[in-house]
Amino acid sequence: MSNISAWDKVQLARQLERPKALDYINNLFDDFIELHGDRNFGDDKSIIGGIATLDGMPVTVIGEQKGKNAKENLERNFGMPNPEGYRKALRLMKQAEKFNRPIITFIDTPGAYPGLGAEERGQGEAIARNIMEMSKLETPIICIVIGEGSSGGALAIGVGDRVVMLENSIYSILSPEGFASILYKDSSKAKEAAEDMKATADDLKKFGIIDDIIKEPKNGAQNDFDKVIKDIKKYLIKNIKELEKLPIDKLVKQRYEKFRNMA
Amino acid sequence: MVIDKVKKVNEEEKDVKKNVKAADMMIGKWVKCDSCKEIIYKEELHQNLSACPNCGKHFRLSARRRIKQIADEGTFKEIGKDILTKDPLNFKGYMKKVEGLKEKTKIDEAVKCGICEIERQKAVLGVMDGNFLMGSMGSAVGERITLAIETAIKKKLPLVLFCVSGGARMQEGIISLMQMAKTSSAIARLNDAGLLYISVLTDPTTGGVTASFASLGDIVLAEPNALIGFAGPRVIEQTIRQKLPEGFQRSEFLLEHGFIDKIVERKDMKHTLGELIRLHTKN
Repeated sequence: MSNISAWDKVQLARQLERPKALDYINNLFDDFIELHGDRNFGDDKSIIGGIATLDGMPVTVIGEQKGKNAKENLERNFGMPNPEGYRKALRLMKQAEKFNRPIITFIDTPGAYPGLGAEERGQGEAIARNIMEMSKLETPIICIVIGEGSSGGALAIGVGDRVVMLENSIYSILSPEGFASILYKDSSKAKEAAEDMKATADDLKKFGIIDDIIKEPKNGAQNDFDKVIKDIKKYLIKNIKELEKLPIDKLVKQRYEKFRNMA
Repeated sequence: MVIDKVKKVNEEEKDVKKNVKAADMMIGKWVKCDSCKEIIYKEELHQNLSACPNCGKHFRLSARRRIKQIADEGTFKEIGKDILTKDPLNFKGYMKKVEGLKEKTKIDEAVKCGICEIERQKAVLGVMDGNFLMGSMGSAVGERITLAIETAIKKKLPLVLFCVSGGARMQEGIISLMQMAKTSSAIARLNDAGLLYISVLTDPTTGGVTASFASLGDIVLAEPNALIGFAGPRVIEQTIRQKLPEGFQRSEFLLEHGFIDKIVERKDMKHTLGELIRLHTKN
């Protein structure tokens, strides 16, 4: 148990300088070929996807990408995907299934984008379909919450055989601000909400929602990124090996039961 | 002049009528349609399946009335009644609120599921109820819906889910988010079993319910003019800082954009479901 408050963790999870999906992708894998587009509408830059090599093994990688400055954030829509982002992710995950590649997702989003076009193009349907399809993909899936995992926008790439969180990341039904505005009718009570909504890695481990917590150096992952990368890499290799040993039907059944048994 | 007088008398009569109606409204016999503003006799409204006899606006329905409209008389047998609200976050005031609501509304959660017959064909029917915390989905709702889906799989029956929801049950935090995964995974299994799932979207269907089982029907129906979306209109307006166009996120808008199969008026709903189920029945 760490002794920093839930609100402190929210701040750490949102730090601009905190490593983003691309930092993990570029440092964990020997190479990465980014693949674009949902074959339907466009290419959403708030979700990155492609093929990479992890310790000699081809894997499919999906990540929600926030920016590290204003310019990048505009380009990445602050890590808030549109439906075409989720559909690109699904296309690439199905491709992974076809070629028996394990899937690794990096979750980091304030939520799915609540925009006009997003609604016109079926944001709800896109998220629902991803969740449903991920539940039965016949290949191992590991999901890592690296920063902010907020709402259905996070879960849309979050149905895995292993779901893990970095120590200072958060995973919640909504942002603390949104939670406060709905339940306390006052978005300025976000700090209070952060505590009440129990969204830290420790909380989620206790609830049985996540499988493991990956430790971070003091004040966040960026302060000893090499160590964090080393730990994640070790975790990925170990767990993918374990999951690949299971017969496919057992793997899928276990994944179903994992989510089936959540309260 | 004469005409004026007649007009005046008529208006006076109208006033008297209005006053009578106002008095009756006080004792709850009348309601005002918020669409056409007509004052409607409640009994007449209910006889008209809770759609306005004047303009056709579909009023929101309790699960009890909905089941009465859809299931053949006396056939509905509830399942999952023992699955009750949980308080995983120990959220201040939550259970008290739930207990108060149960007392007031005489319903025990935001969804009621069961096995019934629809036009003499067996089906699993789940009906959400907006009178219970806006039809929000927490663990009890997710669990009851999942049980309904699993019952359909086990008994090889078609599944019909009527959705009405403000989204996730905030008071249950991350547990409510996971109900989206639970219910959607169960639908995946229903699909693998080759069974029919008809989802009916009613006013309003939003948030986590839209982003899970509501959008996953083999056939997605909607009642006219229902608000259907992922993000709520207010959140979108705040994000894009402009007013939303008329009719945005309404059933007709979704039909236009390809996200629902058909808009069905309440008076035709039971028969439409009956027909669709018949078309999927193998001899």
